Amino acid sequence: MKRIMFLLIVSLLLLTACGPAGTPTEEPTATPPPEPTPTESADGQTVRIMTHDSFDISEEVITAFESEQNATVEILKAGDAGVVLNQAILSKDNPLADVLYGVDNTLLGRALEEDIFQVYESPLLDEIPDRFELDEQHRVSPVDYGDVCLNYHKAWFESEGLEPPSNLEDLTEPNYAGLTVVENPATSSPGLAFMLATIGNFGEDGDYTWLDYWNELSDNDVLITQGWSEAYYEQFTYGSGGSGDRPIVVSYASSPPVEVHFSEEPFEEAPTGVVVGDGSCFRQIEFVGVLKNAQNPELAKAWIDFMLGEQFQEDIPLHMFVFPTNENADLPQVFVEFAVTPENPILIDYGRIQENREAWVDDWADQVLQ
Amino acid sequence: MSRRANEGRVDLSTLSRLARLLIYAVLFAFLILFYFYPLTSILSLSFTPEGNVSLEPFTELFGRPRYLRVLWFTIWQAALSTLLTVALALPGSYIFARYDFPGKSLIRALTTVPFVLPTMVVSLAFTAVLGPRGLVNMALMRVLGFQEPPLNLQHTVAIILLAHVFYNYTLVLRIVGSYWSNLNPRLEEAARMLGASRWEAFRQVTLPLLVPSIAAASILVFIFDFTSFGVILVLGGPRFATLEVAIYRQTVHYLNLPLAASLSVIQILFTFALMTVYTRLQATMTLPVELRSRRATQRRPRGWREWIWVGGNLALMVVLLIAPLVALVQRSLTLGGGLSFTFYRELFRNPRGSVFYVPPAAAVRNSVTFALATVGLAVVLGLMAASMLDGRSTRVDVQESGDGSLLKTLWRGLRQLLDPVLMLPLGTSAVTLGLGYIVALDEPPLNLRTSPVLVILAHTLVALPFVVRSVLPALRSIQPQLREAASVLGASPWRVWREVDLPIVARAVVVGAVFAFTVSMGEFGATSLIARPERPTMPVAIFRFLGRPGTINYGQALAMSTLLMLVCTAGFLVIERFRVGGLREF
Repeated sequence: MKRIMFLLIVSLLLLTACGPAGTPTEEPTATPPPEPTPTESADGQTVRIMTHDSFDISEEVITAFESEQNATVEILKAGDAGVVLNQAILSKDNPLADVLYGVDNTLLGRALEEDIFQVYESPLLDEIPDRFELDEQHRVSPVDYGDVCLNYHKAWFESEGLEPPSNLEDLTEPNYAGLTVVENPATSSPGLAFMLATIGNFGEDGDYTWLDYWNELSDNDVLITQGWSEAYYEQFTYGSGGSGDRPIVVSYASSPPVEVHFSEEPFEEAPTGVVVGDGSCFRQIEFVGVLKNAQNPELAKAWIDFMLGEQFQEDIPLHMFVFPTNENADLPQVFVEFAVTPENPILIDYGRIQENREAWVDDWADQVLQ
Repeated sequence: MSRRANEGRVDLSTLSRLARLLIYAVLFAFLILFYFYPLTSILSLSFTPEGNVSLEPFTELFGRPRYLRVLWFTIWQAALSTLLTVALALPGSYIFARYDFPGKSLIRALTTVPFVLPTMVVSLAFTAVLGPRGLVNMALMRVLGFQEPPLNLQHTVAIILLAHVFYNYTLVLRIVGSYWSNLNPRLEEAARMLGASRWEAFRQVTLPLLVPSIAAASILVFIFDFTSFGVILVLGGPRFATLEVAIYRQTVHYLNLPLAASLSVIQILFTFALMTVYTRLQATMTLPVELRSRRATQRRPRGWREWIWVGGNLALMVVLLIAPLVALVQRSLTLGGGLSFTFYRELFRNPRGSVFYVPPAAAVRNSVTFALATVGLAVVLGLMAASMLDGRSTRVDVQESGDGSLLKTLWRGLRQLLDPVLMLPLGTSAVTLGLGYIVALDEPPLNLRTSPVLVILAHTLVALPFVVRSVLPALRSIQPQLREAASVLGASPWRVWREVDLPIVARAVVVGAVFAFTVSMGEFGATSLIARPERPTMPVAIFRFLGRPGTINYGQALAMSTLLMLVCTAGFLVIERFRVGGLREF
């Protein structure tokens, strides 16, 4: 009977011993744990940016903004782009941040429908080609873009004496049976982009639709993985260092220069190639916007100008492996040398994507997974 | 004279009742604030899209055969995985309980390492061993002269089952093994002397005594497999989906909160029903047993039969659990066909001056800090919960005090609810609860949405059931006579607890602590949803590397995974060496 009491005493001792971690549970309402306060600058201004896990940039770029504005930048990463957008939607009355960066054209429809952004027309938009500006009301601004394309392992095709593919149709040829790995559009962003490329390329109506294409692709033993990492690092012959057996993978047009950049040995040419034929890639454009009910909208707008400015834009390629939208931004040498860009990638209206997304993915699953 | 004595007793019992009340308060406050409140917030938001409650999603759900198939698959794969895990790990538990052999603690530590590895890393390891160009297939092709890889497990149920065994073997090994090691072997020996065969003695004597711990381990394994996410997505491939996977897809990809919430509710109700049944059964099957110090129950294997038996089980562990780990380490040390430390060196460099660069030491520090805080909190709360659930002393109290039956019923009701309720966080989708935190904990005094404390709280919620399940069987096995004897001999309650209860449960507490540590070290879902980037843990760092192309990034992910394995192994060994208050341990 008294045992409990002693358990409790020991427990409380342990509780105090484990310090601040233990305190909040003891009396949660009375003593909330201290909010981690960022080191505030002279005039105490902080801009909070909410973004996805892939966001990255140089420390000196952030510092430049902080000293220019005499402010502090706080970055909140919370999962992949879809998760982050959901969090922004669910917290729109009391937002987690002032700025949301990382909504792409496959998610833009949902973001605008949920009305989470406020209008801001940055003067820097003059330096950005109109084709990237999808929202006429300027609730979001385009920051960067990238193309999802087929990549292939050059050495593999050389040693097999086979021509690398040059368009989507090639993948259904008997020569290419069992060579391709793609990501599941239901769970992966490049997977969804590639499915959209086939929809844009083959269309929904007519004798031969995108579903017919997938049917043939299935018959030709295409492998579907959950995400990009499994496709690229486990199944792709190059990325897996030989343990995978698929020399064609859905990845990005920027993957070859990134391969060169992150390799120990110097390369004459990139070890992987990209299929950039007309209609074989899907273009993703990423946007930034000021959230409604932002605590610090003025600083948020300054941040957006900064993101669209040259210093930030030039830092994008080697940190996020996508291309800057600002025309005046210079590309790093490795991108100039090794990157190829499709001239006519597939673009699908974001409203149409939002409307059909679930149905398309379900149709795809019915066709490919049965 | 007698008055004074009476006063003293009244004081003590009031004090102990107060103490009990406080334990209830702390436990329930924790569960309500950090589980029920966020959960109900997100669920009510989901079910009231236009302001009034709509149960339409449920009818929609049952109208779609796809989801009934998902539910059915979720259940049968979990049941099969659990059976397989228990069947394979039970012999292992036996040799760990009864024999002493060189390298034992290291092997036990290594078998727990899988539990902390992110699925993507495990998938890499499995591909390296079992993939079309993996070790096994290459060996088969070379030795048996196959032209094509003979073994194709990619995206099959078989690999899902294997991965579940890989992850959960350790749960059975540790929970059953630690309980078994304190069982008195005399009972079985007596049965043998009375003419029972080895098998009969096991089946009729040992097995019934082991049932509580086997059930405790099985229920954990089952719930883990039932809510399996990464294994299904990554290793199972696109054709398989569990409820957890469906919830994630509906939430993240379609923001279909009503449908996701209905799936979540089904998952939670199933867990609750299962736990209620389990709790009822458990109360009837636990017997107080005579326990022995492990020093008296363990010995070196004797004769070739025993050595083969021990060796065979160890070989199984090595093939099933350790080989994939070795493949990972080997890959992290290979570049261009030769041995290289490049990937490890690269971990310490930040050539692009990235603001998110994590020095390896910082990642280790973050992970270990979160994990130790989780261990502290989970062990404290877990001991409180276990002592409440044990309940025997409480029953005596209630009888003694003899007050209103309403209060009595209420107490009993609360206690019976607590056990299943404690397990609910394991059966709750991480993405549902994660969004619940965003919706619910957004205002002072509980503005924790972006606080690292939330990571610890979320980890503790998941770790708590492990501590309770580890400790409870041990606590219930204590023979009441032991405590009475100690009291009669004049020991104070504190001494009774210290000398009787603590030594017996100490081993189980250590097992619980190891699991709490493990849960926290390997947890990724909640961490990625709420961790602020300046405190990235090791799994977070691994995901960053795996998210981009390039040999160096890939290698760094492997190097960081190896580091994670090393830190965890070291952590397990240290925790296992831990002696509660320098006691002679059982």
